[in-house]
Amino acid sequence: MSYRVHIRVMPRDGLLDPQGQAVEHALSELAFEGVGQVRVGRAIEVDVAAGSPAEAEETTRQMCERLLANPVTEDFLIAVEDG
Amino acid sequence: MTRAAVIRFPGSNCDVDALRAMERAGCDAYFVWHRDEDLQGADVVLLPGGFSYGDYLRSGAIARFSPVMRAVQRHAADGGPLLGICNGFQILCEAGLLPGALLPNAGLTFVARTVTVHVDNVDTPFTAAYARGEVLSLPVAHGEGRYVADETTLQRLHDRGQVVLRYADHDNPNGSVAGIAGICSEAGNVVGIMPHPERAADQAIGDDPGHRFFTSLATWRAERPLVST
Repeated sequence: MSYRVHIRVMPRDGLLDPQGQAVEHALSELAFEGVGQVRVGRAIEVDVAAGSPAEAEETTRQMCERLLANPVTEDFLIAVEDG
Repeated sequence: MTRAAVIRFPGSNCDVDALRAMERAGCDAYFVWHRDEDLQGADVVLLPGGFSYGDYLRSGAIARFSPVMRAVQRHAADGGPLLGICNGFQILCEAGLLPGALLPNAGLTFVARTVTVHVDNVDTPFTAAYARGEVLSLPVAHGEGRYVADETTLQRLHDRGQVVLRYADHDNPNGSVAGIAGICSEAGNVVGIMPHPERAADQAIGDDPGHRFFTSLATWRAERPLVST
């Protein structure tokens, strides 16, 4: 069965995120009040054939470790879509 | 004659400059396509600048899976001299041949100008013809050149003298930590730099402060027996 897996790759906390800062500044310019820290990452969708959601998640985790996220600078979150 | 392989990825655009620079340094230089797995007896390998695979995902992230990279990995593991320039440096980091990573410039803009750099390590096959502390003006042209590494890695780089090039204090174009513009592997044979010496290696187009990156190999080899004993 095929599972749609959503992956969120984010710059690691503590690393300068100039893109997030630029967006934060732009939101302030638009007069949105109460905007705190903004960080910009990347969203990836992968359809994975697997026997169970857990298996799909494990396969995706390996994809993240080997390619989709940079282990030096990024963290990732994985969510497997229901049914 | 020294055989120099210049690897071409889809999107490489400094490959011809790199080839010419090696030729001017007296090497028999030739291109190797990224699908090839044979380096054809290369003594030295260059990963040139450009935008391999359109910089998709992250700069250098896809290129490191090219078939030729297996041969490049073996060449490096055997102690073979390997230089990555700009995108080539990004590929070396993604491939784990050099520690750390290169992130978007702190100023978010693509920076294309001449910068002042210090040569901190002259015990590499690409800097042996320079004097320690020598100051050079070299062009940079990149959007993702901000070098980062964790504290432990940075400490190790400094302790072992693996910082090869450093931007002058007033001239860090991208926010690199500790002004790092280039590093080498622990063994010293793998070097990655963001500046483009191949664009400043011919008197015909101005000055040639980058020329000695390509002539250093002979000096380095001559010095090796002394270093290893």
